Amino acid sequence: MAEPTPDIHRTIDAVWRIESPKLIASLARMVRDVGLAEDLAQDALVVALERWPAEGIPDNPGAWLMTAAKRRGIDLLRRETLLERKHEELGRDVTARQEQAVSDLDRALDDDVGDDLLRLIFTACHPVLSREARLALTLRMLGGLTTDEIARAFLVPEATLAQRIVRAKRTLAEARVPFEIPRGEDRAARLSSVLEVIYLIFNEGYTATAGDDWMRPALCEEALRLGRVLAELAPQELEVHGLVALMEIQASRLKARTGASGEPILLLDQNRALWDQLLIRRGLAALAKAEKPGGGSGPYTLQAAIAACHARARTPDQTDWARIASLYAELARVSPSPVVELNRAVAVAMASGPAAGLALVEALASEPSLKDYHLLPSVRGDLLAKLGRNSEARAEFERAASLARNARERELLLGRARACARD
Amino acid sequence: MRFMMIVKSQKDWEAGVMPSEELMAAMNKYNEELMKAGVLLDVAGLRPSSEGVRIRFSPGKRTVIDGPFTESKELVGGYWILQVKSLEEAIEWAKRAPFPCGEDEDAEIEIRSFLEVDDFAPSEAAERARELGKTFENKK
Repeated sequence: MAEPTPDIHRTIDAVWRIESPKLIASLARMVRDVGLAEDLAQDALVVALERWPAEGIPDNPGAWLMTAAKRRGIDLLRRETLLERKHEELGRDVTARQEQAVSDLDRALDDDVGDDLLRLIFTACHPVLSREARLALTLRMLGGLTTDEIARAFLVPEATLAQRIVRAKRTLAEARVPFEIPRGEDRAARLSSVLEVIYLIFNEGYTATAGDDWMRPALCEEALRLGRVLAELAPQELEVHGLVALMEIQASRLKARTGASGEPILLLDQNRALWDQLLIRRGLAALAKAEKPGGGSGPYTLQAAIAACHARARTPDQTDWARIASLYAELARVSPSPVVELNRAVAVAMASGPAAGLALVEALASEPSLKDYHLLPSVRGDLLAKLGRNSEARAEFERAASLARNARERELLLGRARACARD
Repeated sequence: MRFMMIVKSQKDWEAGVMPSEELMAAMNKYNEELMKAGVLLDVAGLRPSSEGVRIRFSPGKRTVIDGPFTESKELVGGYWILQVKSLEEAIEWAKRAPFPCGEDEDAEIEIRSFLEVDDFAPSEAAERARELGKTFENKK
């Protein structure tokens, strides 16, 4: 039987992916600069790439990389202090400071890295950075992804992405963003930035389609992984579990949501046998951790609870629409938006009949942000048709068709308009 | 990518000897490490084959055969399901597992990949999915 001999560079890549977040996090605590920490870690990787192909992978690659990074850090420190001595004639305390730094480095290696990883996540998702920079930095420092992989995932040239990362690191240094876990009032806002970054990464992958680079759908898995990591690091944060639940349940439908020729399949038309039961089970377990017994859940948890209603229903007609409608009402209260309100209208129509749903839709008629949103007249047409108001329904479907942005959907809506005319 | 790491059964295991306190502790620590890395989807151990059965399929006939089954190296003792980026990453994790059943006997972990949906076929519909993906999620 052939001995499997995985390519050494792919193996180093795997080791890097496992070890680099811990490595960068520990170094960042030592040097108080995540950009520099990341550079030191990258330098260690370069040394590994030079030596491991010849010497083999060490028994404890994590410790090896840490030692290499540390050595590089000390070199750098010596050079800097030498420079300082030359320029400022401050020779006396240089040795002491150097020893202090070295012992800090030693301590960084020994401590549990959990809190450092959490600090790293908060820093990478710091609001001083643009949204794009947060995504890139998070994937780079916590996902262990290469610049090339991230660039392919976001459909931008590699040079652009490399620049984005360099600038992000500089911004963090210039703004003197402390390497810390935010506390007090700041914490909620900072946490919501972290959750937003993870969910954006997930959605970027979720909207990946045919012909896309495989790195795009891989973003879903990476976002899920980051969410699970965060749930282990900050288990007391309920919304983290809510986000994990939402992503697990959404990911459970990945196989069912497109047809053979790539056409999207709506939730209620999906073959539920294709839903991934392992992910649903994980999602429901995460949701149980996220939900507060007395209500008062956050937006991710509420969306997860809605997704869970569908996941629990074995057939579409077993869906608990009344519960979905009340969850949407709660979501509209916590994070109001016209799109949430429209969804609530659909759920209310399913639970209490088309007339009740239509009343809610009518209230949205003058909503400016939905002016060109084809789903508004589409939903309205659907409810009118169910009420037998065919000529009004027809006009709505035609309007929806004129707003729809692609041919297939336009055709579908025009088909419904024609059906109304026949009846 | 999703992989299953399958631990092959061991003599002690098959004889119903429970793992030592030490091994249990090492396994727990390992599983925690997998959890913290966000790669562990599922993990389970199986009871000895003496408590299992086999159903043999032959033309026109299905026969139930009671355990135990002798070829312990071919028996599954337990499994992990991991979500990782590559086979190499699964291998790296598997190499870090504690010796599954004491060091007096060789042990084996087999790594198998799951069948997964490939990229969606390119089409006009795919273009539509790109635009509508978020809308559909909102329609939940």
